[in-house]
Amino acid sequence: MRVADLKTMAEQESAALAVFRARLLVCYSAPCLAAGADAVREALEKEVAGRGLAADVQLVSTGCLGPCSRGPMVTVSQPGQADAVYEKVTPETAVAILDHHASQGPPADGFRMSPENPFLTRQMRVALANCGLIDPERIEDYIARGGYGGLAHALHELDPSEVCFEIKHSGLRGRGGGGYPTGLKWNLVRKAPGAKKYVVANGDEGDPGAYMDRTLMESDPHRVLEGMAIAGYAVGAEQGFIYVRGEYPVAAQRLDKAIKAAERLGLLGSRVLESNFNFRIDIRIGAGAFVCGEETALMASIMGLRGQPVPRPPYPAQKGLWGCPTLINNVETFGNVPDIVSKGSDWYAASGTPKCRGTKVFALCGQVENTGLVEVPMGMTLREIVYDLGGGIPGGRAFKAVQTGGPSGGCIPASHLDTPVDYEGLQQLGSIMGSGGFIVMDDRSCMVDVARFFMEFCLDESCGKCVPCRAGTVQMHRILTRITQGKAGPDDLEKLEALCEMVRDSSLCGLGQAAPNPVLSTLRWFRDEYEAHIHEKRCPAGVCRLTPSEGGER
Amino acid sequence: MSIETPTPESHPGGDPRYKLVDRALKRFQYRQDALIEVLHLSQETFGYLGEALLTYVARALKLPPSHVYGVATFYHFFTLKPKGEHNCIVCMGTACYVKRAGEVVEALEGEFGVKAGHTTEDGKLSVSIARCLGNCSLAPLLVVDGEVLGHETPESTLAKVRAAVGKEQAE
Amino acid sequence: MPVVTLTINDELVSALDGELLLKVIREQGVKLPTLCHLDGLSERGGCRLCMVEVEGIHRLQSACTTAAREGMVVRTHTDRLVSYRKMILELLFAERNHVCAVCVMNRHCELQDVAAKAGVDHVRYDYLATGLPMDTSHERFGLDQNRCILCGRCQRVCDEVEGAHTWDVMGRGAGSRVITDLNHPWGESRSCTSCGKCVQVCPTGALFNKGVTVSEMEKEPEFLTRILEGREKKQWSR
Repeated sequence: MRVADLKTMAEQESAALAVFRARLLVCYSAPCLAAGADAVREALEKEVAGRGLAADVQLVSTGCLGPCSRGPMVTVSQPGQADAVYEKVTPETAVAILDHHASQGPPADGFRMSPENPFLTRQMRVALANCGLIDPERIEDYIARGGYGGLAHALHELDPSEVCFEIKHSGLRGRGGGGYPTGLKWNLVRKAPGAKKYVVANGDEGDPGAYMDRTLMESDPHRVLEGMAIAGYAVGAEQGFIYVRGEYPVAAQRLDKAIKAAERLGLLGSRVLESNFNFRIDIRIGAGAFVCGEETALMASIMGLRGQPVPRPPYPAQKGLWGCPTLINNVETFGNVPDIVSKGSDWYAASGTPKCRGTKVFALCGQVENTGLVEVPMGMTLREIVYDLGGGIPGGRAFKAVQTGGPSGGCIPASHLDTPVDYEGLQQLGSIMGSGGFIVMDDRSCMVDVARFFMEFCLDESCGKCVPCRAGTVQMHRILTRITQGKAGPDDLEKLEALCEMVRDSSLCGLGQAAPNPVLSTLRWFRDEYEAHIHEKRCPAGVCRLTPSEGGER
Repeated sequence: MSIETPTPESHPGGDPRYKLVDRALKRFQYRQDALIEVLHLSQETFGYLGEALLTYVARALKLPPSHVYGVATFYHFFTLKPKGEHNCIVCMGTACYVKRAGEVVEALEGEFGVKAGHTTEDGKLSVSIARCLGNCSLAPLLVVDGEVLGHETPESTLAKVRAAVGKEQAE
Repeated sequence: MPVVTLTINDELVSALDGELLLKVIREQGVKLPTLCHLDGLSERGGCRLCMVEVEGIHRLQSACTTAAREGMVVRTHTDRLVSYRKMILELLFAERNHVCAVCVMNRHCELQDVAAKAGVDHVRYDYLATGLPMDTSHERFGLDQNRCILCGRCQRVCDEVEGAHTWDVMGRGAGSRVITDLNHPWGESRSCTSCGKCVQVCPTGALFNKGVTVSEMEKEPEFLTRILEGREKKQWSR
């Protein structure tokens, strides 16, 4: 396929879609399916066939649209009109929706999400731009929306150093949580000496409460592949690996299908878009180890070893897979790349904050009215995300904290809700951006119990290589358990804090270094809760079952 | 040593399932770095990674047995023991936890007399815990025999798992 | 290889560029404790005892895996480092059962020695009392998991020097354990050559010669450098 063919294909696809009077996009992701999306699609199919509308109405099963608590979702796209989004659709309302859009029936407004709903209007979708709007299993859908245009532009208009410059200039930073400037990393790998180089997409999304990578891989797999191919061209790699978390079989299937489709069209494989650039992508399936999100452990796992980290430096950019320079970026980071290249770095850099450009996807969940995925410009405040997009706390309860960054992050209290979200802002509050988990907690959550929960996670996921993490998490967990049981002594808090500091400073990898974060951040903002457990044998949130200690029990 | 050690050339007892493993080995050109992929496929085929199977894979990939065993036990996905006829995975990610998935686990453990991560003595049911299945808007979430169920309570869970293992009929 | 100058504990020191910090530091006569490191084996960076502070690097670095660079300013015994080392050693003592008084390696044990020098006189953490099994199936050697600190020396010497790769580690986190072959009894191992190198390099009483009693086991981990260097210099006798 040549660049001109790509354009022709996009035009033909758009023309073919313009024929339909209405396109009904049924969200077919897990939450909507669990809510009955299957029955909705079935009812629509029957109705469309029964009324002989097959030539006028197209039914599409799409990936995730985002407002997951309101599913099943159906989006109606009509030429010359703004998309109409319907929520909590049943087979009956689906027919009413079809009536309105295809047969001039009365509006089905009762089920329509208001176009002014902040959940829709306040988002800026770059990585998620196609999610919920295309059939992830059709490469043509992606191409019709400008897909692979970024790769074509890079291959034929830019040289590798210019691509790296564009990425650097866009201000894009690692979306996996570290926030390292992506363009710098690319340039490091490009300049690293080595005949063979690798590109790796990290889709080992292990943070509980985060699922943006799954959504992106399931709903718009080609975007990730295109981002990887552009990276391959920029750094001089001919082989890419996409490491998919074992818990995400659908993502792996879709990616596999997408890779085959792209290879068939000459968008991956040898002589991509008839250039001299060859790029092949292989999938590697994770086998259930959180630590493999750490880049050196991830590489060990790709090479078929126990997923244990090794000390850095050397960084993967110097010495990665099989000793070769290796570029590792998160799936979401790659998801931003195609648009940066095709629309230009200035366009991307215009959004966000001076230090953090662009957008970030968050997985809103926990005690919040609207759960789901949102992509917002960097710099939006926590309050806006919780109350405007999230719709506040259900049942009129009081907001207590938002947990960001998963087991490596922390809890942020109500008094800091007006903090703008970016890497540094969250870090100053003792949390991290992480991969974008955003768990809202109300007054029924006990902060000590939450800290204990995360510590249990870390001790279970510790690889066991270094002593501070392997043995330290066990001891910290024991102290936290004692506190939640009301059996802690007065010196336990001090002991806990000392352990936290030691494990943070001396662990080998990021997992261990960040394991104390949930404890340190809750100690910082909710110390009174720890003290109530220890001194008053009382759980302010009413979660912990405390049994008073007998005499000198430890 | 009493355990039969198969070689790539001869399958023990002519078990046809080894052909599927062979196919995976060939697809990855017997590359040692494909160990995890091969283990995935082997487990899919056999349901678990038994000793003979691990030995077979180690020989085929020319890897030390202890290395293969080390990898197979490092990752939580691999199981060295047969799983139950039915399985129930309870998600214990953060979102599920704050929505009290812990109570669901307790209910299951109490009802079926099995600790999470284990299989009942009659081999009927395996209960396991997942570290976030990435469907947080459905919290608390479980997967019973491959079916995703959302917004669960201890009562609804017990009802569904009882139905799955057909316990009511037995009583 | 170019030569670099760095500062260790306020003293100017010269080293080869890229030389491991641990070697440079020890050459200065500075005593830096280690447990997973052993001359002659690949580095692991797991015990974290040789952590040092390097100016300009936020995280602590393990000296055994960090290369010496021009202008580096290194500190080896700040208050923070000294207290962290003590905590790590206490964590090790609490993790499994290290009761020196009844151990075959009493008074010859590296863990005991390092802890004594670090001033560990009590353990602040819960003893986990794991109660792990012993493996005495081998005709000459024994394995007591309860004394194992998971330093990985046995695994490395078996793989890198003997070339048998009998040893590896199974499981993960606190559940990690050293194993032979497919977690079979050591005595049934098909790959083991019974060379005994693993026993000699083991820093504690986890691997021992059968038939020794309390305090009788003495090891000579230095044999490793002797045979490796001897091989190079064709020096076959001591």
